[in-house]
Amino acid sequence: MSTAVKADNLEKRYGTKKEVTHALKGVSFEVERGELFGIIGPDGAGKTSLFRILTTLLVPEGGQAQVDGYDVVEDYREIRKRVGYMPGRFSLYQDLTVEENLKFFATIFHTTVGENYDLIKDIYEQIEPFKDRKAGKLSGGMKQKLALSCALIHRPSVLFLDEPTTGVDAVSRKEFWEMLRKLKEQGITILVSTPYMDEASLCDRVALIQTGEIMSINTPEGIIRDFENPLVAVKADNMFRLLKDLQSFPGLFDSYAFGEYHHAVLQKENQQQELQAYLQEQQHESLELQQIKPDVEDCFIALMKTDS
Amino acid sequence: MKQFISFVRKEFYHIFRDPRTMFILLGMPVILVVIFGFALTNEVKNADIAVFDQSKDEATSSLIAELQASRYFNIEKRLRSYQEVEEEFKKGNIKMAVVLPPNFGSDLLHLHNAQVQLIADASDPNVANTLTNYAAAVILDFQDRITDGRNLPYTITTQFRMLYNPQLKGAYSFVPGVMAMVLMLVCTMMTAITIVREKETGTMEVLLVSPVQPMKIVTAKAVPYLLLSLINIATILMLSYFVLDVPINGSLTLLVLQSILFTVTSLALGLLISAITDSQQTAMFISLTGMFLPALMLSGFMFPIENMPTILQLLSHLVPAKWYYIIVRSVMIKGVGMEAVWKETLILSGMLLFFLFMSIKKFKIRLA
Repeated sequence: MSTAVKADNLEKRYGTKKEVTHALKGVSFEVERGELFGIIGPDGAGKTSLFRILTTLLVPEGGQAQVDGYDVVEDYREIRKRVGYMPGRFSLYQDLTVEENLKFFATIFHTTVGENYDLIKDIYEQIEPFKDRKAGKLSGGMKQKLALSCALIHRPSVLFLDEPTTGVDAVSRKEFWEMLRKLKEQGITILVSTPYMDEASLCDRVALIQTGEIMSINTPEGIIRDFENPLVAVKADNMFRLLKDLQSFPGLFDSYAFGEYHHAVLQKENQQQELQAYLQEQQHESLELQQIKPDVEDCFIALMKTDS
Repeated sequence: MKQFISFVRKEFYHIFRDPRTMFILLGMPVILVVIFGFALTNEVKNADIAVFDQSKDEATSSLIAELQASRYFNIEKRLRSYQEVEEEFKKGNIKMAVVLPPNFGSDLLHLHNAQVQLIADASDPNVANTLTNYAAAVILDFQDRITDGRNLPYTITTQFRMLYNPQLKGAYSFVPGVMAMVLMLVCTMMTAITIVREKETGTMEVLLVSPVQPMKIVTAKAVPYLLLSLINIATILMLSYFVLDVPINGSLTLLVLQSILFTVTSLALGLLISAITDSQQTAMFISLTGMFLPALMLSGFMFPIENMPTILQLLSHLVPAKWYYIIVRSVMIKGVGMEAVWKETLILSGMLLFFLFMSIKKFKIRLA
């Protein structure tokens, strides 16, 4: 059995008859055993609902899902024994110390801190100097490490991490992904959700999700390979006028602000010269224009545009 | 089992590390007992009264001496006319006047029946009521003494006898009430809040995705509160026995067992509230207005249920605190045994089973 997680046409609705929010509109995907799988999408895309269904916390209105071969509705007890879950919000006991939290979670999973220490050693060693500190007094990055240690203490077969890097500084984020790499080497299947597109390249495969629908599932390279149109980064003194002018260019597929540049997606190859001439006609000063390789965010925006 | 103990230990950490929780759990009961025992007592000491003795014979002077001797009255004035009685009341000098009619002594001796009039300042009805009751008790004592050993009883009207609490000591009725209130507060409200807090902070989410049975999570939360309630019961009983001089006339074991029954009922109610609410505020609101206030108003401890409209009387049957209050009063003050309170015990047990059943039925094994 090589499938660790299987979601089949999952649907989730909230609210009453009058006002229904469709959080998930038929989500399907499969995660292989030992894979680091990313669910990537903006806030409100349905990531948390999806995670809660897979961790048996919510019952889907439609479709079905299996984790480790067990149904998330029928066999929820089995799943609860074998998965690790770290919710988006820091969900440990703030008034308990680091060590007390870890010991408590070890006990409720019928294990001890010593039994699986090798798995959490790398992570826990970093927060061990603070083991007598209350969890509520830890920094964001340390809280994250503690929460991950607690989610791993029973050596879960599948680890669910709901936006683990949201609200964490850049250095801690990088460290966190390194930890996930190491865990993956230990054979743990990891599902991680994130709103940060740049983290996609750190996953084995990603699913891009938007308003309850999966737009694409592929390896990060595959997703970029699927981006067929030429992409141009443009910069000029008057960025606001530049964007407006870009939008009036006849050969344009899409354009949007992207950091200090504007990205322009063109309809056909070899339109770059044409665009340059067009913009020069509008008398833009210190105009910079270069063809670039798309990243996951460009792909995401393009997929959103195609869908709508 | 190890799991369970670990849970209970964790719960104690939560309690001991939060000064506010500690205060409500252990400070509040003491404060309530002291407030209700001393400050809010309807006991009156050394009230200024006046006597209008129209008879001035041996009987009246010994009755007056007895009134003066009791620590409840201070005879401020001897009056000579009804007019003076009214004047004294108007000036606010006295709270009660004792009027002894002419020929009090001879009526008592020859007719075996004499009358005493007690006039009280009813602008404070509680004090008035208390004072007339005290006075009646003193008169009754007096009557008993002069009747002693004779065939024909002397009677003095204003007769009534007050059972169990001849001095109408406030603490006698407050202590059982405070016990009901404290246990309700600690068990129902605190348990409900602590469980709902786990929902609010998201820790419940993590606990649910673990092999622990959800029911175990909540029962483990209830255990520390049960233990702390036992401490509270002991504190209240000791305070009332040693400080407020309230006797424990019945069996202490029965009293403690009944208190445990009520504690467990309150805990089950707390579990039920926690199962149907999602925020600490809602849990607190339901516990306070839905449980605590009725316990205060409808248990019979502050206001007599007999005087309430029928609908409130019927409603009071649904308040667990009412039955516990009756049990504690009966066992502690009247000193009766199980044979007198089996009905109330049965009702409380029934409520316990109902709350338990409902909270298990309503308990969510998922988030929604």
